[in-house]
Parts: sequence; structure tokens; C-alpha cells
Amino acid sequence: MSRLRSVFKGVAVVAAVLMVVNLYMGLIRAPDPSNLQTEVTRKAQHIFYYHMGMNVMAGLGMSVNFLASLLYLVMRRRWLDVVARSAAEIGAIFGIGVLASGSLWARPTWNTWWTWDPRLTTAAITVLLYIAYLMLRNAVEDPNRRARFAAVYGVFAFISVPITFLSIRLWRTIHPTVFGGGNAGAKGSFALGPTIHQAFVFSMITFVFVFLAFLLLRVRVAMLEDHVATLREQVLIRMSKGAEV
Amino acid sequence: MRRFFSATWAIFWKDIRAEFRTKDIFTGMFIFSLLSLLVFNFAFDLRVSNVRQVLPGVIWVSIAFSSMLGLNRSFVLEMDRGSLEGILLAPVDRSALYFGKMLGNLVFMVAVEVVLLPVMVVLFNVNVLTPSVLVFVFLGTVGFAVVGTVFAAMAVNTRAREVLLPVLLLPVMVPVLIAAVKGTANVLDGGTLLEQGDWLRVLLAFDVIFLAVAFMMFDYVVEE
Repeated sequence: MSRLRSVFKGVAVVAAVLMVVNLYMGLIRAPDPSNLQTEVTRKAQHIFYYHMGMNVMAGLGMSVNFLASLLYLVMRRRWLDVVARSAAEIGAIFGIGVLASGSLWARPTWNTWWTWDPRLTTAAITVLLYIAYLMLRNAVEDPNRRARFAAVYGVFAFISVPITFLSIRLWRTIHPTVFGGGNAGAKGSFALGPTIHQAFVFSMITFVFVFLAFLLLRVRVAMLEDHVATLREQVLIRMSKGAEV
Repeated sequence: MRRFFSATWAIFWKDIRAEFRTKDIFTGMFIFSLLSLLVFNFAFDLRVSNVRQVLPGVIWVSIAFSSMLGLNRSFVLEMDRGSLEGILLAPVDRSALYFGKMLGNLVFMVAVEVVLLPVMVVLFNVNVLTPSVLVFVFLGTVGFAVVGTVFAAMAVNTRAREVLLPVLLLPVMVPVLIAAVKGTANVLDGGTLLEQGDWLRVLLAFDVIFLAVAFMMFDYVVEE
């Protein structure tokens, strides 16, 4: 247990250090992209490093949730359920982070907070799926049943995401008038020069570590919660025995 | 295999017969969808000159919401009278329960639509009873029944019950809603069914994939 704890701590420290460097890389060292028109959009582009990073975290969270859910249904190990739950929480929270940071960037660049672009719509629905997943967990009291139901829903949620994306894209390409004909993804895009590229890759690596750190710490908290619950039961049993004597 | 089909049929027929005696589910779903039509009628007819643009949305919102009512009832009845345990004790494959329940739900939804669509023709003066529209309505309804039955079996075992089912079901059903609404809109605009190949493919793919997933997952839902 203590060795496991030092591994957890080690990953967390590495992630924290990397994140500090990453903030410097993305906000200060990386140059403003020269091809963007206004000062504001050039500054706003720096959000990109963290937007994509959170996207990687959310994606990892949802994928880990899917794998852990499938494995739980086959193997029935409690820790797999804990991993699935922790990963779903990360997926939902950082999914919201992706939407929020994207909005902040879109306001100066696209001149709107939100648009029903396929990618945006899919991202929003995906976040709602994982919020529903967490609501389902909250509404079931029996731990085994909760784990089973959550795993089933996790599988459904993960499978529906690609079909949703496909259908929304189909909808927009068939009706380009809905979106003014242009490809919105191209608006406000920028070339990846060497420094920008470097900062981007560094940021992705950082966020993978942050993901691992969050997942491990969340799993550890859940394990401790379990431990506390067991201890509490033991104390209650002892107290009730004492009352009989 | 025969055993499996007869078990499925038994569960399906039990639901239909119970419904014939009480008429709870059908009446509830149908009146609710009528009421939602009325609300839409008031909400839209003052603002939209072209009813064809709004109608696909009206059709699908009424169907989606009334299906939710029916799906909720299908397992609440079993739970409240403790009959689910009885069915689960029967020595048949659990997926027979899934298919029986799913077919029952599908029949209730289709029954509501059979009455609802003619009412729409009268209220909105648009012919929605064309074969192409019916194909989309049917495929979309199958999607709702396939996924909704699994989620209803889960939602009924939770604290929130009726509240939880729409929250679980709607985000998963987004592809079905998009494909069904767009397909219905295109054929109402005068397109032929063959031109809607993309939407038909999305609907069919969803129905088939999720029927397979639901078939595999349902055992885990009703395990205990």
C-alpha cells in the first residue's frame, strides 16, 4: 500500500511540475500566430494548448470508462468499477472544460460563444451522456447493482458517440445553408510553426500525465472511502455488541 | 429455439393482455401526445407560415415524449406488483424477457402513432400518411423501443425512476432523432425515399447495432 502511495504521489508531482512548465511554454514561450488578423485572436489562440489538452483528458477518461465498464461486466472486480467511475468524472469535468475554453476562444475568433457546428454539438451531447452516467450512479444505492447499471450505460454511451458525430456531420453537409456554406473549422485556424508545434506536443504529454495523476488520486480517494465505510461498520457492530452486554 | 420464441411470445402477450384490461399505457401515451400536439399548434401556427417546416419536429417530439411515458410504465408495473422476480425465476433465457418487453413497448408506441398521425393530418392539413414518412416513423420508433427497454429496466431500479429515464435515454437517442427528423422533413418536402439513403442507413445502423448491444447487456441489468 505504501509503495502504491508513493507511485501515486510521484505521478502527481511529475504532473504538477510539467503543468507549470506547460503554462510557460503555451502562454509565454509560444509565439502569437502571425497569420491571424487581430491582436485579440492572436492572444486567444494560446487557449488552444489547454483546450486540446483537456480534450485529450476527456477522451482518455471516456475511453478508460468504456474499457473498465466492459472489463467489470466480465470480471466483476470492484476496483474496475472504481476506475470506471473516476474516469467518467474526469471525462465529464474536462469535457465541460473543453466546451468552456472553446467558447472563450470562439468569442473573438468566430464572433460568437457557440455555434451548432458538428464538432461542438457532438462534444456537448457527449458531456451530457457522461453527466447522465454520473446521475445514474447517484440514483442507485446498492453498490453491486450501481456498478452493473453504470457499466451497461457506459457501454451504450461510448458506442453512441461515433454514430452521433456521423449523423450530425451528415446533417450539416446535406444542408450547408444552416451553416452559411463555409467550413467553420477552417475559420481562425493557424499554421503549426516549429515553436508552436513544440509547445503543442509538450502540452499533450503534460495533460496525459495530469490525467494519470487525477485518475490515480481519484481511485485512491475512492479506496479510502471504502476503507472508512468498512471501519465504520466494524465500529457499529462492536458498539451494538457492547450494548447487549 | 422454439422454447425461446414461445417464452418471448408469452411475455409479449401478457403485456398486451394486461394493457387490454387496464388501457392505462395506451390512454396515457395517446392523450399526452394529443396534448403536446395542441401545445405545438398554439405555439407555432401564429409564427410559421410553412407548417411543413415545423411538422417533422412536432411529430418526433410527440413520439419521443409519449414513448418515454410508455417505457416508464412497462417496468414500473412489474416492480410494484413484484412480478419481475417471478418472471426472472422462470427457467428461460433472460433475453426472452428483453425481446418480449421490447416488442410490447414497440406495439404500444406504434398503436399510439396509428391514431396520432391521422389526427395530425386533420390538425395541420398536411398528408403525413405517405409510405416514406411511415418508414421513417417506424425505424425511429424501433430505435426508441430497443434502447428504451434496457434503460427503463435500469431506471425502475433507481431512486429517481421516472425522472431518470429521459435523462438517460435522450442523449443516446440523438442520432435517431436527427436522422428521423431530417428524413421525415425531406420526404415531406417532396423527396423520395430512395434519395434519403443516408438517413435510412443511419437509422438502420443504429437499430441493428443497439439491438445487438441491448441483447448482450440486458442480462446484466436483470441479473439478481
